[in-house]
Amino acid sequence: MSDITGLTLSQLVHGLRSGDFSSRETVQAYLAQIERLEPTLHAFLTLAAEQALAHADQADRQLAAWRKDEESHIPPLLGVPLAIKDVLCVAGLRCTAGSRILENFVPPFNATAVDRLLESGVIVLGKTNTDEFAMGSSTENSGYGPTHNPWNTERVPGGSSGGSAAAVAAYMAPAALGSDTGGSIRQPAAFCGISGIKPTYGRVSRYGLIAYGSSLDCVGSFARLVSDVALIYSLIAGQDEQDATSMDYPLAQANLDEVDLAGLRIGIPDEYFIAGIQPEVEAGVREAIKTLQSLGAGVERISLPHTEYALPVYYLIAPAEASANLARFDGIRYGPRSAAQNMWDIFRHTRGERFGAEVKRRIMLGTYALSAGYYDAYYGQAQKVRTLIKRDFEQAFEKVDVIAAPVAPTTAFPFGQHSDDPLAMYLEDIFTLPANLAGVPGLTFPVGFDTQGLPVGMQLMGPHFREDILFKAGHAYQQVTDWHNTMPPIVENSLNQK
Amino acid sequence: MTLTLAQVEHIAELARLTLSDQEKTKFCEQLSDILEYAARLQTLDTTGIAPTASVLPERSVLRADEARPGLPVQTLLSNAPKVEAGQFCVPPVLDLD
Repeated sequence: MSDITGLTLSQLVHGLRSGDFSSRETVQAYLAQIERLEPTLHAFLTLAAEQALAHADQADRQLAAWRKDEESHIPPLLGVPLAIKDVLCVAGLRCTAGSRILENFVPPFNATAVDRLLESGVIVLGKTNTDEFAMGSSTENSGYGPTHNPWNTERVPGGSSGGSAAAVAAYMAPAALGSDTGGSIRQPAAFCGISGIKPTYGRVSRYGLIAYGSSLDCVGSFARLVSDVALIYSLIAGQDEQDATSMDYPLAQANLDEVDLAGLRIGIPDEYFIAGIQPEVEAGVREAIKTLQSLGAGVERISLPHTEYALPVYYLIAPAEASANLARFDGIRYGPRSAAQNMWDIFRHTRGERFGAEVKRRIMLGTYALSAGYYDAYYGQAQKVRTLIKRDFEQAFEKVDVIAAPVAPTTAFPFGQHSDDPLAMYLEDIFTLPANLAGVPGLTFPVGFDTQGLPVGMQLMGPHFREDILFKAGHAYQQVTDWHNTMPPIVENSLNQK
Repeated sequence: MTLTLAQVEHIAELARLTLSDQEKTKFCEQLSDILEYAARLQTLDTTGIAPTASVLPERSVLRADEARPGLPVQTLLSNAPKVEAGQFCVPPVLDLD
């Protein structure tokens, strides 16, 4: 495909450096695609078009100077545009976290992950839609209206990073940043038919990420190709003194030149192939495992016996952490303030008026789980069971290198399907929550379609700090399959109409 | 596990959240459902199991104790709904009458 928006990151970099097209042309191509599809999909909350074009002109000048002296330093992604989930701060650009309580918040600093990308020459196209404070699995909890799935606009894109996933799937950005606290990168990547990584907890700095569940939150990347996901990941990973939980563990470079997976041991956990899972999802994942086997990988059945407890553990721990983290939103230092006169009423009313239903529900749940008399029974017990879930993974990784599983029990579901039943919505997360509780990395990539033409994804989970194994296996899979190159019909039409 | 309306109101007060009557009734029902689901955790024997607060190895992260430049006060106040004399402005907290 000749259009710029169809290129991979490395093709973009090559084209920009050799002068085949300019950064301005690149940014314009993505802005044009955003203009075509944004009215239908609503992937963005804030666009930075003018600023992006100004940065593109700057990049073009730098590129021109570099062409005269190719020995000189050049940032790895100079002139390449990207989309950023609206829970990560970009200095000077409104950041709402999908919430009305931050509708006018303009951060004065960059998140570290954003900073590292800017230093790498990346240009920010805009901020993408999310469930409010990243709490949700469909973007229906956004305070600014939901994002629509590019494969079927009657369906959700997944969540909470649904805007980032839809933007990449609709060729509105070559890659995007997201965050994953309980599946918020992997599930929307699966629903939108693209690739995405939730890194190991502590691998990417959380500084400048608006906190939801601090012991679970991870910043990661989306792209159509696993190799592009890996490239963005490699630029944002690493210790940061602004986040004391970020680790200086060495970054293993994934060997993406090799398609041979001989020696790779893949574990298939019984607990992830259960009754109630959509048959086409299970079939797609099993077929993908066969493909990995054909590349030399070995397969064995394993057990992660505490999987069924991940959901109740997560929905006590994450809301408990959220109830503390969201205490800062009180109308004093940022955001709109309620018209109430008394201090306590300002707190109550600002929060009551501005938080959406799901955020209130989780604050209530977390406050209860932490309250006197219930702490031990709920929060304390959840933390102990979290230890058991973590041990399941440690034991599994003594036997296998990666664990293969579905990402979600179904493909993208219709809007409103779970609107009156929060527990049913939480059940969408059963296969993604365990990795967050154990802190292990998870990679999602597309492995087929269901009979309604909706993408099916699979996830590979690996030991702490071994994202490189996941990238190698996912990349090898994409060398012999074509799912990642299949375009949503709406995107194909939009590109033909140009 | 069934929450009463009074409990919901108590939690809302702890969380500093104004809820409508409709929200209170709804949360009563929904939080009860979720807590009932969570009750399955009680069936696990966790005697002798240490709680996990963080998946990372426990370690101290220290840096040199030296002053560093921060963001200017004006910048930090730029998002505040009400500012006075270079400070966040709030109504009186203490009733001195």
